Amino acid sequence: MSTPVPHLPLAPSTATTGPVRGFITRRQLTVASVVLLALAWHWLPEFTVVVMSYIGLYALVATGLVMLTGVGGMTSFGQAAFVGLGAYATAWVCTSPASVSVLGGIIGVAGLPWAGLVLGLGITFAVAWALGAMTVKLSGHYLPLCTIAWGLSLYYLFGNMDFLGGQTGITGVPPLVLAGWSLASPRSLGVLIWAVLLLALWLLHNLLDSREGRAIRSLKGGRVMAESMGIDTARYRLKLFVLGALMAAISGWLYAHLQRFVNPTPFNLNIGIEYLFMAVVGGSGHLWGAVLGAAVITLLKEKLQDLLPSLLGTTGNFEVIVFGLLMLLVLQRFAGGLWPTIARLSQKFLRPETPRRAGKIAQLAKRTLPPPGQVLLQASGVTKRFGGLVANNAVTMNVKAGEIHALIGPNGAGKSTFFNMISGVDDPTDGEVQLMGRSMARLPSRVFASLGLGRTFQHVRLLGQRSVIENVALGAHRRARRGWVASMLRLDRAEEAALLEEARSQIGRCGLGAHADAPAASLALGQQRVVEIARALAGQPAVLLLDEPAAGLRHLEKRALAALLAQLRAEGLGILVVEHDMEFVMNLADRITVLEFGTVIAEGTPAEVQANHRVLDAYLGGADEPMERAA
Amino acid sequence: MDAQIALLLAQDGLVNGAVYGLMALALVLVFSVTRVIFIPQGEFVAFGALSMAMLHAGRTPTTLWLLLALAGMVLVVEVWRWKRGAAVDWTSALVWCVALPAVAAALVLGLKPESLAAQAVTTIVLITPLGPLLYRLAFRPLANATVLMLLIVSVALHGVLVGLGLLFFGAEGSRTPAFSEARFDIGGLQITGQSIVVVGVTLSLVVLLFLFFGRSMIGKALRATAMNRVGARLMGIPTELSGDVSFALAALIGAVSGLLIAPLTTVYYDTGFLIGLKGFVAAIVGGLASYPLALAGALLVGQLESFSSFWASAFKEVLVFTLIIPVLWWRSMFSRHVEDEE
Repeated sequence: MSTPVPHLPLAPSTATTGPVRGFITRRQLTVASVVLLALAWHWLPEFTVVVMSYIGLYALVATGLVMLTGVGGMTSFGQAAFVGLGAYATAWVCTSPASVSVLGGIIGVAGLPWAGLVLGLGITFAVAWALGAMTVKLSGHYLPLCTIAWGLSLYYLFGNMDFLGGQTGITGVPPLVLAGWSLASPRSLGVLIWAVLLLALWLLHNLLDSREGRAIRSLKGGRVMAESMGIDTARYRLKLFVLGALMAAISGWLYAHLQRFVNPTPFNLNIGIEYLFMAVVGGSGHLWGAVLGAAVITLLKEKLQDLLPSLLGTTGNFEVIVFGLLMLLVLQRFAGGLWPTIARLSQKFLRPETPRRAGKIAQLAKRTLPPPGQVLLQASGVTKRFGGLVANNAVTMNVKAGEIHALIGPNGAGKSTFFNMISGVDDPTDGEVQLMGRSMARLPSRVFASLGLGRTFQHVRLLGQRSVIENVALGAHRRARRGWVASMLRLDRAEEAALLEEARSQIGRCGLGAHADAPAASLALGQQRVVEIARALAGQPAVLLLDEPAAGLRHLEKRALAALLAQLRAEGLGILVVEHDMEFVMNLADRITVLEFGTVIAEGTPAEVQANHRVLDAYLGGADEPMERAA
Repeated sequence: MDAQIALLLAQDGLVNGAVYGLMALALVLVFSVTRVIFIPQGEFVAFGALSMAMLHAGRTPTTLWLLLALAGMVLVVEVWRWKRGAAVDWTSALVWCVALPAVAAALVLGLKPESLAAQAVTTIVLITPLGPLLYRLAFRPLANATVLMLLIVSVALHGVLVGLGLLFFGAEGSRTPAFSEARFDIGGLQITGQSIVVVGVTLSLVVLLFLFFGRSMIGKALRATAMNRVGARLMGIPTELSGDVSFALAALIGAVSGLLIAPLTTVYYDTGFLIGLKGFVAAIVGGLASYPLALAGALLVGQLESFSSFWASAFKEVLVFTLIIPVLWWRSMFSRHVEDEE
């Protein structure tokens, strides 16, 4: 699948090589547009103001969906239901006699909408958390299916609850009053709506440009990889889903005070789907894509509702046909939505950002490596059965600090299965894996990572559209601590600078310094494997598991890799290498374990293994076969 | 509630559950073979039921024009692909784009069937090719996309089809005459002939599907594709074939379900969606993978719906759709390691 191009152009190379084009950077353009909109707001026609206000409300919901869909690789069709929770909560608090008499007495009538906001956010949080918690561990498609069912249920619930006014809903919702200033007209409330939207965009932009943002993006790159970097993917998915739901609830709260009445219709499933259309058509990988999508769909709907009935001769929601076709076209032809196209065209007129330098650099967590010779990773009698097939049969081996241990064997010998079990991707059927002296039975791979296990993958797992440095910085995730709120508020800059510094130095150490800012997918496959090594090193591991690191490398690159591994060994790391390149293995490894049909057939120094008959049989197809005669 | 009412409700639940079971079978089939979570499955039900109603009323079903238009579009796409050097299997393309639409047109415009049975067959011939045609237009270009992308496409297609349904059939619902007017009285329990028809047809479809997957070469190929997509392709099973056949089966099952429920309830242009979603709840019980569990789930959904319509009719839909929550909770109890997305 094609991942969307990055939100901000990763093109510092053009800043140094190409001629300086344009007169304004993207950030300046954004600020200028916002200022222009603010200045013009007072003179815009009433109708435009109303439409703009609705676009702002929809964009708020769609932005949450962008975070879910394009960034986090999940989706929801039920956002409209969360909007409904936000809207109904405030409408009920502001109008029901019970709450007005009780709450109104305590906080005053003007405070009721704020109580409604708190209630709406509280209920939404609880519902979203419960729905999310149930599905985060399952494959990705269960969450959206669940949101369909939930979106429908809530719609019927709204329409059948007497205290929520049934199908007619709740009327007489009071306007918002902010610091004694009534926001009754769309012109005044619209300012608040757009202020909230722009604030949300700013916060989310900051979030994405941080350690936590990288972790969120990694959800889309496959959860096995993210977990191996120490990221609790279930937790991140849950938080992201809740975040999207809360944004929808805020939109609903504003909606109720703009519309001044609520009924179930705008919170039905088809509107939930429309929100998703906005995110996808606008560009689901980009925060501004949500705003663009909300504007396009809202204006288009406006036009189509005039045009289609006269064209078709009957009335009805026919715009959904056009939206659906538009969506199919976008998904098949412009998978990234409209925003990337606009961003590409505008590239000509924009000056690239000058990267900001952080003032302070924080210290990252450091691990004291165990003394050489200590057993770091111990597999004892590890057996794995898939039904009747025994992939690993009582494999016992260990990795010690300060040595390179190679695991070799013909194709299908069970090396990858074994690799999965000593890295926590899968559980052994029998036997035990110990890491740093701890039993790791039934623990997920992120615990392995936190105890100091770094790994690479046989099939490269990088976020192809993100830069090399971002991919490598992901490896250092566990060494920093700043969370979502700190990232949103830019309180993480010193730590972020340290992470990027660390990533850059690991990239340099692995010999890819020139490619640090290029998208990872633009590198040759062999180089991508080296990026994975740099990513593992950024986590400052004590044990390094490398799955065929030399595959796809050229001769000189292999020599450089061997030198790097030898240096890491000297620093006290324990390294386990699965490799097919015998020259590479024999020259580098201290000990070699040979697997065949899932069973260890030999273990020892390279010289011992090379002299072992069973190994020769396994590799050359039987010693009694006259190989020489054929040659 | 006395035993009489309970039996009546159970019978009602069984009949509805049978239709949801058919939906669930089609959904599991399409998902396991093509990874498409086929939200528009219910639209085939509505299209089938309403086409039948139009035929019965002596009018030309608008779905014929949809079929001909889609067939024309697919032909254009195939020619375009062929010109660009893609390998096009013209036999299957001509079957879906020319042969079947021609038969459908001949039946509708030429034969103008009078009997219920002939009208039912015509409806099935009319709806079944829609499956592969929609697959070729909407999903085939995205065969390598993630499950999530395919799901979003599915929802977009659902939007288009519901909109078209409103355009074709209008907002009023229709009902068709029962296939059997017989009534039996067994121990005070009224059993209608139509409910026997529903359960009987469902059972025979399940048996036919079982034989198809167990005995026929194409059925085995579909099963192989469901188990291991890449492996099946390496063994020479074309992706196109599995897509075409599984969507054709889904459309066929949808059309039959439409014929079965149209005499029992008034079908509107958007009724299918809810029926399809209830099938989904059932399919999720089976993890979108197990046919027997999906069928069991469908019976559960049917009973739940029927009994909740007695006790809390206003909250019938809420109860049915929130069933998904304990089901998912139960499923996630048994998953410990993260699953990687395809």
